[in-house]
Amino acid sequence: MSRVHLTDISLRFRHIWFRNLITYHRIWKVNFLVPLLEPAFYILAFGLGFSGLVGRVSYAGMQLEYTRFMAPALVATACMWNSFFETTYTSFVRMYYQKTFDGILATPVSVEEIIIAEIVWAASKAMAAVAVMLAVLIPIGYANFPGALLCIPLAFMGGLAFASIGMFFTGIVPTIDMFNLPIFLFITPMFLFSGTFFPVSGIPDWAGICSLAFPLYHMVELTRFLCIGAIESQPAFNLAYLLLFTMIFGYLALGAMKRRLIK
Amino acid sequence: MAGIKTGKEMSIIEARHVVKRFGQFTAVDDVSFAVERGEFFALLGPNGAGKTSTIRMIYGFSPLTAGRMEIFGLDIGSEWRKIRSRLGVCQQENTLDPDLTVAQNLFIYSRYFEMDKAVARRRAEELLEFFALTGKRGAKVMELSGGLAKRLQLARALMAEPELLILDEPTTGLDPQSRHQVWDRLFELKKRGLSMVLTTHYMDEAENLCDRLLIMDHGRIIAEGRPQDLIIAHAAESVIEIDGPSAELRNYVKQHAVEHDDLGERLIIYAEPRGELESQVREKFCVESCRFRAGNLEDVFLRLTGRGLRE
Repeated sequence: MSRVHLTDISLRFRHIWFRNLITYHRIWKVNFLVPLLEPAFYILAFGLGFSGLVGRVSYAGMQLEYTRFMAPALVATACMWNSFFETTYTSFVRMYYQKTFDGILATPVSVEEIIIAEIVWAASKAMAAVAVMLAVLIPIGYANFPGALLCIPLAFMGGLAFASIGMFFTGIVPTIDMFNLPIFLFITPMFLFSGTFFPVSGIPDWAGICSLAFPLYHMVELTRFLCIGAIESQPAFNLAYLLLFTMIFGYLALGAMKRRLIK
Repeated sequence: MAGIKTGKEMSIIEARHVVKRFGQFTAVDDVSFAVERGEFFALLGPNGAGKTSTIRMIYGFSPLTAGRMEIFGLDIGSEWRKIRSRLGVCQQENTLDPDLTVAQNLFIYSRYFEMDKAVARRRAEELLEFFALTGKRGAKVMELSGGLAKRLQLARALMAEPELLILDEPTTGLDPQSRHQVWDRLFELKKRGLSMVLTTHYMDEAENLCDRLLIMDHGRIIAEGRPQDLIIAHAAESVIEIDGPSAELRNYVKQHAVEHDDLGERLIIYAEPRGELESQVREKFCVESCRFRAGNLEDVFLRLTGRGLRE
């Protein structure tokens, strides 16, 4: 009986999005500090400590300073962390400890709408974080103006992908501590091997092919393209992959969460 | 065709052969009942009797394994959204939003019903007043006591002006003052003609508030009727409790085939008020500890569901 009913999805989900916005409003100042300071820390650390060792990175036929190569990837990883954490830890707390979803399920809102709202909310949050980050990266010359501004809608799209798989994990983990597992086995390798800190073209072919499966790889490629105009893959293919990933894991998330919530 | 009624007033809830299974376990086993508009109806039963499962099927939280459930004449499986927009639910657990203030809890909830914002604000003020929460408007839900939180949950359930209010153990865990506060409000709502369904294991609550009730055990209905009728049918209007009953009394009771329960240390006799039996017992056997009292729903409940410990 807990089959997913796509026909039960209406725009009513926006009210839950609004609910999340209201609660976020209380803590937004603290939340915005992270995307504001994070790129500064990374660029400072890698610029001071790393660039002496690495020199220049050859990427898409260009010789790039290490920090210039890496900065756009920070935009992509911020998108990932923000949306993934929102639909894992934060949604789990709302679902399990606060029973917020149980309360909503006594109103004319469907489970499907709750899940869609959580995913869309997480993507919105990722988008806001990326916007703040760009406000740092553009003035200091690490992202082109105005092209890099397209990273904002892109962050929403990428956010949907990471939020969907996060929501899927929330549907299947028995306890909140168990999120360590998908983080250790999926997020961490993805964070390291998605062309974030070194170009995928520089590693063995088999490893490069594995990277292609990571949504973060496609996000990094796209943000790098938008920020500094360099790319080693096809933007249309990257976008298509993110879309497909979102649809698959979005659907799996709906199924897993429905099984979990409906008794 | 609004306003047209066919013959008898349509039932507000109609459950027909409803079954709910969780894997191998049958929580609700072929249950049928109907609740009329304006009625205050109660579901009683020990823990695990299937009350909450039944309630959850009424508001479409749990799908039915078998059978049919109609609310306002609509099928819960297909018309759940229409049904839920016309009913209010006060769940057993605290499902208030701890991230929001008291007033925000009401307002955000009204958004799920897509109520007009101005209407919702007015309604929230009325309800805060009705439940004596006006002073707490800006308080965080975390700071509320159990009684206040329950009142807020009731207020929230009434936000969208429901035609039917569902109350799953509304006073469990509350102190006597808070319980009476809640009861007063429920009485008031009943006077205004609101239909209500309540689950509880406080017998006095059901006896005082409800027009009609059913008692469930092991997922089945074991009795149904008005509180007073059930007391007469399954216990008695008058009850005598005798501590440390003598052998003579036991003999007397057996010889005269008196309706009774022998609990070893205590004997309970079910009698007619001011009848022959009552005066006989009073004269012959009540030297020290006898209690004469009116029969109540607790007697019915214990006689039907047994006195043994459960789980």
